[in-house]
Amino acid sequence: MTAVTTPPKKQAQRGRPGQSSPKLAYLPIIFLAFAIGVPLLIIVVYSFLEKPSQGTGVKWVFTLENYKALFIQEKLDGTTALDTRYIKVLWTSFYYSLLTTVVTLVLSIPVAMWIATRDARKRNLLVALVTLPFWISILIRTYGMRQIVADEGPIGKFLGIFNIEWSILYSPPATILGLIYVFLPFMILPIYASAERFDFRLAEAAYDLGAKRMTVVRRVILPSIRPGVISGIALVFIPALGSFLQSDMLGGGKTNMVANVIANNFGQARNWPFGSALAVLLIVLTLLFVLIMQGAAQRRGDKVELV
Amino acid sequence: MSHTQTSSRKRGKLVNLRNFPGFKPTAWFVLFFLYSPLLYVVIYSFNSSRIGAVWESFSVKWYFRVFENTDIQRALKNSLQVGLVATILSTTLAVMAALGLLRMQRAGKAVAMALIGAPLIIAEIVLAVGTLGLFIAVGVPLGKVGLMVAHTAFCIPFALLPIRARLSQLDMAPFEAASDLGANERQILRRITLPLLAPAIFAGALLAFAISIDDFITSFFVAGPGATTLPVYIFGMIRSTVTPEVNAISTLLLLFSGSVLIGSYLIQRKRR
Repeated sequence: MTAVTTPPKKQAQRGRPGQSSPKLAYLPIIFLAFAIGVPLLIIVVYSFLEKPSQGTGVKWVFTLENYKALFIQEKLDGTTALDTRYIKVLWTSFYYSLLTTVVTLVLSIPVAMWIATRDARKRNLLVALVTLPFWISILIRTYGMRQIVADEGPIGKFLGIFNIEWSILYSPPATILGLIYVFLPFMILPIYASAERFDFRLAEAAYDLGAKRMTVVRRVILPSIRPGVISGIALVFIPALGSFLQSDMLGGGKTNMVANVIANNFGQARNWPFGSALAVLLIVLTLLFVLIMQGAAQRRGDKVELV
Repeated sequence: MSHTQTSSRKRGKLVNLRNFPGFKPTAWFVLFFLYSPLLYVVIYSFNSSRIGAVWESFSVKWYFRVFENTDIQRALKNSLQVGLVATILSTTLAVMAALGLLRMQRAGKAVAMALIGAPLIIAEIVLAVGTLGLFIAVGVPLGKVGLMVAHTAFCIPFALLPIRARLSQLDMAPFEAASDLGANERQILRRITLPLLAPAIFAGALLAFAISIDDFITSFFVAGPGATTLPVYIFGMIRSTVTPEVNAISTLLLLFSGSVLIGSYLIQRKRR
């Protein structure tokens, strides 16, 4: 669109009286372009640059090697072979996030429905209890979980009475448990928000009209809380995919997720360009997931706004 | 509730569609699951033993250690300074964005929303290393100022959430009336818009502060050695040695979060 007609100023003001000028948003947009847009751009640019022979940072020479190195390994004798290490890291991240999403979903639907059907007083208290962990540092919550699942922690001590060995810390199950623990409230709250709005008289009407109990659940209750379920899936899966602390503190560095590998390349490994290529891949995967979710939601006629 | 809801009577059987078997135990299990690690942290912060998992006797010595530790005090000061500046800046920018976006053209709005939404969707680690790259490219020294800029950026979407929600519910009549009566934009903003938005702005600021204080990954990469924040310091403590001191700090932070939440709840209830 090239032809832009500027309406007389008075007219524009009349369009919606009393509203502020759009100019007010210019400063925040410029700031975000600098503090969010430019860093993302830098990551994309760095992923196509070479690593300097020593030190950190980048050498301004264009290359596609970083992307090649994600999948192909060059051996000392010059031959190349498929390198599955980073594919495994991506698969691990995807798999852990998926598992986290499924478990939190299965737990959250009953919890959200149960809270939504309590009386107002009890409901407010329960919602506050579920919300409180959101205000508590994720670092502290993960540290608490580490002490619970530690070999000599309460679970280990209890099982020790029966001579059952308990040793999951610094292994994949501990990471997954940590992810479930940290992200569970993010699944409960949006589903609760949907369930709370649901008019249970509709379910009773369906039942009175002859629907079986399970049919009521499947055809009436579940479709009503679907927007909450979709938001919940997005709110759990997306941050889980990029999570760092849980695999670092509970997985003990043995079960690396993609964020840990990116962090390592910008830290000890000192390979910024390769870390950037991984970061670009993570962005692409995240956006792909968002598009799939939005597509699925739209096809079903749900309006889902992630932002 | 004393009065039974309109339970469907069918085939002589009373069916309650509000209670499903297993929901209640699941809910209690989930609450137990959510709180047991926190409870453990609080209880073991009073353990005199050096070894975290072995209960020796009740003691408050780790709290004394925390209060004597000047590194923790410095880290806390850094966290509070960065958190306060980021809260004020991000909330101000969020209010401006929320109001300005209402009348913005579609294309501009899409760009703005993409930038605002990015920190919610893109993994924090990506933005953190990107910001590190930016600061080094532009020559911003790693430290408190850079940290304030980075925190302000990712706090904006959180501060914006309640403000936008409130704005969409507002009745436009007072604005139209004020405009008809000859008030200019500045007067409307100061006398109508901001007072009506005040609770949402407060909620947004609280959210931004919580996000900033809690932040670990960005601070870890951008703080540099001089501006270590509390989460970065705690992370270092957990990594290097196991010390019950961390349980004591955590308990103090839990107390702080809890009282802020209860305080804000009471303020909001008083307003109503």
